[in-house]
Amino acid sequence: MSISNEHPYMSVTAASNDAHTENGIRRDYTGLREDAALIKTAGLTAWFGSMQALKGIDINIAAGKVTAIIGPSGCGKSTFIRCLNRMHEVVPGARVEGSIFYREHNVYAPNVNPVMLRRQIGMVFQKPNPFPMMSIKENVLAGLPLQGKNTTNRDEIAERALRQAALWDEVKDVLDKPGSSISGGQQQRLCIARALAIEPEILLMDEPCSALDPIATAKIEDLIHTLRQTITIIIVTHNMQQAARVSDYTAFFYMGELVEYSDTDTMFRAPHNSRTEDYITGRFG
Amino acid sequence: MKQQESHRSDFFFTPLDGKIEKAFRAIMALAVILPFLILIVLLVDTFVDGYPRLGWNFLTSFPSRFASSAGILSPLVGSIILMGLTALFAVPLGIGAAVYLEEYAPKNAITTFIELNIANLAGVPSIIYGLLGLGLFVRFMQMGRSLLAGAATLSLMALPMIIMAAREAIRTVPNDLREAAYALGADRWVTIRKVVLPLSLPGILTGIILSLARAIGETAPIITIGALTYVAFLPDSVTSSFTALPVQIFNWISRPQTDFHVNAAAGIIVLLVIMLAMNSIAIFLRFKLQRKIQ
Repeated sequence: MSISNEHPYMSVTAASNDAHTENGIRRDYTGLREDAALIKTAGLTAWFGSMQALKGIDINIAAGKVTAIIGPSGCGKSTFIRCLNRMHEVVPGARVEGSIFYREHNVYAPNVNPVMLRRQIGMVFQKPNPFPMMSIKENVLAGLPLQGKNTTNRDEIAERALRQAALWDEVKDVLDKPGSSISGGQQQRLCIARALAIEPEILLMDEPCSALDPIATAKIEDLIHTLRQTITIIIVTHNMQQAARVSDYTAFFYMGELVEYSDTDTMFRAPHNSRTEDYITGRFG
Repeated sequence: MKQQESHRSDFFFTPLDGKIEKAFRAIMALAVILPFLILIVLLVDTFVDGYPRLGWNFLTSFPSRFASSAGILSPLVGSIILMGLTALFAVPLGIGAAVYLEEYAPKNAITTFIELNIANLAGVPSIIYGLLGLGLFVRFMQMGRSLLAGAATLSLMALPMIIMAAREAIRTVPNDLREAAYALGADRWVTIRKVVLPLSLPGILTGIILSLARAIGETAPIITIGALTYVAFLPDSVTSSFTALPVQIFNWISRPQTDFHVNAAAGIIVLLVIMLAMNSIAIFLRFKLQRKIQ
């Protein structure tokens, strides 16, 4: 597998034999500029009961960029991002092996509280899930009391988060209406606002547009373009055009393995692996 | 293939279908109307008998050996305190058990066994609970024939119903919303308190009220643990001996004098009004809270 070495963020399973071990922790990857990676995984393996969903993923996620994860259904792409903020273990019978480093912290170290981690790594789900018993405003602010943050400027925080999520103009007059009273696309942006209100460093998006129509999808994609300036985004999608439109880097997962990882242009114009090519040209999946 | 299908439809649609359909519908309608009529007859009969005795006096007088001056003050107060204490014991325990089983307990053989037995307990005849209460609370724990022992016994009886209703309600909360809370950095307890319980509240409340309404109408366990049938005082503490409405009604009905039967009918009306009121509150709460959630 020949992957150009000049690119700063690339790392692929097959290339990881170049990694060297330092105090038992892999510190370096082929072509990786160490300071640029916000998340590094090594030998990341995940199970649901006896079913292995991820088979040793080594990947470095760039800070301040949009990384898209693509692959056919069941390839482990959702499982992968759910491992990053330790949401995978919420499912009964699910477990994880290997390591994930977020900055200098080992995410799966015994002294890491997953609750604190999730405040740094926010998440948006496939189906919009606003809390139905809360108003739009309460939904945006829902994450704050959970964290004991200063909430004297609630209105300000709500407005800022809703503006960031490009929803403010549409809901500013109905802030007290139930979160479930707006359209599906608006609900999804409300969920993004809710995740942004707690100011995470990374935003994980698990197929955020798969339940939305093309217009609502376009709005979310515009939003990703704006958000990339302030936040690191990892987006799972099975829409290849979407990955091409929104991301800087793309990783292709297949059968629980990372097959190819490169900058999005290279991935879609000149994929190195034949399986990647077959997938993005629509020959399977 | 086509032939097979037409053969099958011949088999299912016989010329008799129209008549069978009509007969079946009539039988089903009868199954609805008959119990309803029986209920109406019972209610009307009770009202005709008991209505003349109803009045402020009837509610504020103690039982007496003269039927015309006897009232239901002590059994009414007894029933209300009994219900309050039962709610105090059974509600936190019931919700706690339901939350544990749904949100915390691992799915293994032990929890399956517990779940199965809770369902079985809901079907145990109430007199068995009475005997258990007599042995456990009255004798072994030496609570005596007190309100406390009565409420503890009724709590045991109401618990399985409350647990099952609460579990059912908790199960209707979509998993999406739990994950949404976890992803915002909420721990399990905060998620339960802020997301799961508020959303399942209508169902839990309905279950609580309906099981309490059933508990207040129970006679057998209360008689078994030894509620008195003639009480001319109000309970001054939870360790007082007591009587309850169903016990008083039972007592009046078993007397030979017909005047007391009128009192029993009036007592039944009061009990029915309380139960209907509780059921209405349950329906109202469910409607109101569910609208708020939508």
